[in-house]
Amino acid sequence: MNEEISMNTESKVSDKAMIEFIDVHKWFVEFHVLQGIDLTVGKQERIVICGPSGSGKSTLIRCINRLEEHQRGRIIVDGIELTNNIKNIEKIRAEVGMVFQHFNLFPHLTIVENLALGPLWVRKVPKKEAEETAMVYLEKVHIAEQARKYPGQLSGGQQQRVAIARSLCMNPKVMLFDEPTSALDPEMIKEVLDVMIELAREGMTMIVVTHEMGFAKSVAHRVLFMDFGKIVEGNTPEEFFEHPQHERTKLFLSQILH
Amino acid sequence: MRGFKDSAGPQKVPLWFNPKVRAILFQFMTLGMVGLLAYYLISNTLINLERQNIASGFGFLHKESSFEIGESLIPYSAANTYARGLLVGALNTIKVAFIGVVITIILGTFIGVARLSTNWLLSKLAAIYIEVMQDIPILLQLFFWYAIFYETLPSPEQALNPGAGIYMSNRGVAFTIPEGHPAHKYMLLAFLVGCVIVYVMRRWARKRQEKTGQFFPTFRVGIAIIFGLPFITWLAFGTPMKMDAPKFIGFNFQGGLMVSPEFIALLMGLVLYTAAFVAEVVRAGIQSVSKGQREAAMAIGLRPALVLNLVILPQALRVIVPPLTSQMLNLTKNSSLAVAIGYPDFVSVANTTINQTGQSIEGVALIMAVYLFFSLSTSAFMNWYNKRVALVER
Amino acid sequence: MEQAVQAEKLRPPVTHIGVIGWARHNLFNGVFNSILTIVTLFFLWKVVPPVFRWAFIDSAWHTTGQACRQAAGACWSVISMNYRFILFGFYPYEQQWRPFLAMMILFGLLFYSRDRTHWKKPLAYAWIIGLFTMGLLMKGGLFGLKPVESTQWGGLPLTLLLAVFGLTAAYPLGVILALGRRSKMPGVKVLSIVYIELIRGVPLISLLFMSAIIFPLFLPEGVTFNKILRAQAAIILFTAAYIAEVVRGGLQAMSRGQYEAAESIGLSYYLTMRLVILPQALKIVIPPTVSILISAFKDTSLVVIIALFDLLKTTQSVLSNPEWMGFSREAYVVIAILYFLGCFSMSNYSRMLERELSKRD
Repeated sequence: MNEEISMNTESKVSDKAMIEFIDVHKWFVEFHVLQGIDLTVGKQERIVICGPSGSGKSTLIRCINRLEEHQRGRIIVDGIELTNNIKNIEKIRAEVGMVFQHFNLFPHLTIVENLALGPLWVRKVPKKEAEETAMVYLEKVHIAEQARKYPGQLSGGQQQRVAIARSLCMNPKVMLFDEPTSALDPEMIKEVLDVMIELAREGMTMIVVTHEMGFAKSVAHRVLFMDFGKIVEGNTPEEFFEHPQHERTKLFLSQILH
Repeated sequence: MRGFKDSAGPQKVPLWFNPKVRAILFQFMTLGMVGLLAYYLISNTLINLERQNIASGFGFLHKESSFEIGESLIPYSAANTYARGLLVGALNTIKVAFIGVVITIILGTFIGVARLSTNWLLSKLAAIYIEVMQDIPILLQLFFWYAIFYETLPSPEQALNPGAGIYMSNRGVAFTIPEGHPAHKYMLLAFLVGCVIVYVMRRWARKRQEKTGQFFPTFRVGIAIIFGLPFITWLAFGTPMKMDAPKFIGFNFQGGLMVSPEFIALLMGLVLYTAAFVAEVVRAGIQSVSKGQREAAMAIGLRPALVLNLVILPQALRVIVPPLTSQMLNLTKNSSLAVAIGYPDFVSVANTTINQTGQSIEGVALIMAVYLFFSLSTSAFMNWYNKRVALVER
Repeated sequence: MEQAVQAEKLRPPVTHIGVIGWARHNLFNGVFNSILTIVTLFFLWKVVPPVFRWAFIDSAWHTTGQACRQAAGACWSVISMNYRFILFGFYPYEQQWRPFLAMMILFGLLFYSRDRTHWKKPLAYAWIIGLFTMGLLMKGGLFGLKPVESTQWGGLPLTLLLAVFGLTAAYPLGVILALGRRSKMPGVKVLSIVYIELIRGVPLISLLFMSAIIFPLFLPEGVTFNKILRAQAAIILFTAAYIAEVVRGGLQAMSRGQYEAAESIGLSYYLTMRLVILPQALKIVIPPTVSILISAFKDTSLVVIIALFDLLKTTQSVLSNPEWMGFSREAYVVIAILYFLGCFSMSNYSRMLERELSKRD
C-alpha cells in the first residue's frame, strides 16, 4: 500500500451491473436489520463497506449468496434473481466467492484438498485437474509450499490466504470479504491485504466489509457507510474521507481514524 | 556471602532427603501394605472355604448342571455341563447386546438429530425424552416393561393382534416369518454377492471420478444391487410366499418366531435408556462443528447432501465415536441386569451356577473376566480410532 | 443523499412475526417440517388423551385394593395406602420420624449448598456434623433414642444413605487413585491403573454380588458385617474408580505452569497438591462429579438384586401382596417420578454450575 495505486481513478466500471439491490429489507424476527437497501455494483467495481457493529453490513453481503434470506425487495446477481429457487441459488453461489472473518477452512482436509473440494464436487472436474488448479492458486497467494499441510498447522494469516485461494478456485465473478482481517494478529494483516490488492489489480469485482481504511483509500472505487440498516453515505474514497457529508459519518470516521 | 564448606564437589545428600530413595521406599511400603492386605484376605478365604467344604478351582465346570435355561441359541439341556450352560448365557448376552447396540444407535441418532431440528415440536419432544429417560434408573425401566408384559398383556387366548401376523401376549411376542425354503439360502448368497459387487463398484466409481470428474450415483445403484439381487433370486424361485404363522394351539402359540417377554423387556429397557445418552452424544457431536464450516461449504456451492457428507459428518464423527463406544459398552454392562427379570444372560446363568455349586469366587471371577474382556477390547478400539482420526495441529 | 427519516416504520411481513410468524418459522418452514408437525400432532392426539383419562379421570386415589380393581383407570392407591412402607421399609412405625428427620437434614444441607457463596469451611463442618447426626438418628442407641438395627433400615433413607455416603467416602479414595495414576512411581501407578480399569470394566452388579457372597469369606470366622455395610463398600469402591477418572481429567487440564510455579516456590508434593493443584482441578470437574452423583443415586436401585430393601424393593414388596398385585405400572410410575425429580434437580444444578463456571473464565 506504499505505492500510489491509482486504480480508483480509472473508470473501469462498466455499465452492466454485477449486483443489484432494489429496496431490500430484512428482519431478524422484529429487528429491522436491513432497511431499504438500494445498491448497484458494476462489473470490476470495488466497494468497501464500513460502519459500526450491528449496522447490517455483514448481513448485506451475506444476502448476496443467500447465507441470509431477505424478506422484501429484490437482489439480482449477474442477471439472476435471488429467490427461493434452488437452481438460481446454486448458480449464484458458483459465481460468488466468500472469505470469512474466521477463515472456516475444513480442518480434516489438507490445504490442497480444501481448495480442490469445490471444483471436484460442484464443477465435476477430474481430481488431477482440480489439484493442478489448486496449486496454481496456492502459488498466487504465495503459500504453495504448505500444500500438503493441514489448516491447524498454519498461522492465521496463512489460513486466510488459503481461504482466499479456495474461493478463487471456483472462478468466481465476484468476491465478498466479511471482515477478512479482523481476526488476525496485527503482523499478519498486511500479507492478506497484499493478496487482496493483487486481486484488485487483476480486475476482480470485490465487496469488502472492513475497518482497514488504508486499503479502502488505495483500492476502492466507492466507500459506503452503513448505520442502523441503511446506507447513509457513499462516495469515492477522497470525497468520503475528506468531505464526509453526514454527522453520523463524521462521527464514525473520527472514531476509527485516530 | 556464605562460605561453602565442600567446594570440591556436590554435597552428599542424606538418604532420607534423596527423592529417588524416598520414592522407592514409598512404593515398597505401599506394595507391602497391599500385599499384606491381600494375604490377610486370601488366607481367611481359604480357611472359610475349607470349613464349608467347598473345593477351589474350575473343576466344577465339567459337572452336570441339572438346571434348565429358558432360552438358548444352541441346544442345551439340564444334562449338559456348567461350562456349556455358561456358554449359553454368554451367547444370550451377545445376542441382546448386539441387537441392542444396533437399535440404540439408530434410535439415538434419530432422537439426537430431532433435538437439533428447526421444528420446535420435534425438538421439544426429543428434549423431554432425553431428560426423562436419562433420569430414571435403568433397573426401574426394566421392571416397568417386564410388568407391562405380564400384567397388562392378555393371556395367549386373547392375544393382541396389532398388525398382520403379530401376536402379543403375556407369554411373549409371536411373529409371522417366511417358512423355511431353499430359496432363502440363495437369497442370502445373493445378498453377500451384492455387497461384494457394491464394494468393488465404489472403488471403481471413485477412481473414475478422480480421473474424469464424473459423478457416479454409487449410493442409489448400490442400494438397488443389495436389495435387487436377493429380490431377483426370490423371483427366480417362483416367489415362494408361504409364511409360517403362529397358531394358537393348546396353551400357547406354535410356529412362527417367538420372542420371550424377558428378552423384549430387557431389550426395550436397554435401548430406550441408552438411546437417550446416545442422543446427547450425537447432538454434541453435530454441534461441535462450527456454523462457519457449513457456511463455507455452502458458499463454495456444495449441495446440502454433500455439505453433510464431506464437511460436517467427518468432523462430527470424530467427536461422536469415542463417547458412543463408551455408551455401547455401558449397554453391554447393563445387560447384566437381566438377572433381575429372569432373562438367562451370562450373569444370570453364573448366578445360578454359584448358588448350586457354592463356587462363588470362581463364579464372580468369571463374570468379571468376561466383562473385562469386553471393556478392554472397547478401550483398545477407542484408542486406535482416536489416534487414527486425530486432527493434525501445530 | 440521506434517506428521509421514515414517518411510517415498516413492519416485517405479517407472515413473519407474532404467533403466525413463530408457527411458520418453527413448525411449518418447508414441506418436510410441515408434514413432520402434522404427523407428530396426530400421534400426540392419539396418545395423550387416553393416557390422561387413565391417569386422572378414571383413577382411584385412596381406596382399597379391591375397589381399585373395579376402577377402569390407574390405581394410585397402591402408593397412597402404602407410602409409609414404601418410603421407610421395615423401620419401626412409631420411630419413622427419625429417618424422616434425617432426610430433612440432608435436603436442608443440599439446598443450602446450592449457593456457591456458601462454600466455606463452616459448611464442611456442617456437613460432617449433619452426616453424623443422620447416622445417629437412624441407628439410635444414644440420647434416649431406641436402637434400630440396620437390617430394618429401608426405603428412601436407605437409597439416599447409600448414595450420599457412597460418594462422600469414594471422593477421597478417587482423588488418591487419580494422583496415583499420574504418579511417576511405577509401583503406585500400576496399582492405580489396575484398580481403575478393573473396576470400570465390570458391571456394578458383579461387585454387589461380590459384596454379598464373597466379602463374608474375606473375614475371619465369627466376624460379620451387615449386608448394608457390605453393599455400601461395593458402591464406594465402584464410584471411586469413576471419580478417579474424572479427577484425572481435571489434573490433566491444569497447565504445567501451575505445577512449575508451586515447585519453584519450594512446595512439597503434598502441599503442592493440597494448596495449588487440587483446589483448582476439583473445581473444574464439579459438573462431571455431580453427574457421577446422579449415577450413584440411580445405581443404588441395583441393591434390589441382593435383596436390600431400598426404595425399589419396598415397592416390589408391596406389589407382591395379593391385595395390590397387578398394579406395577402405577407403582413404578410414581417411583420413577421420585427418581426423576431427584436426578433432574441434580442435573439442572450441574448445568447451572457449568454455565457459571465457564462464565467466570
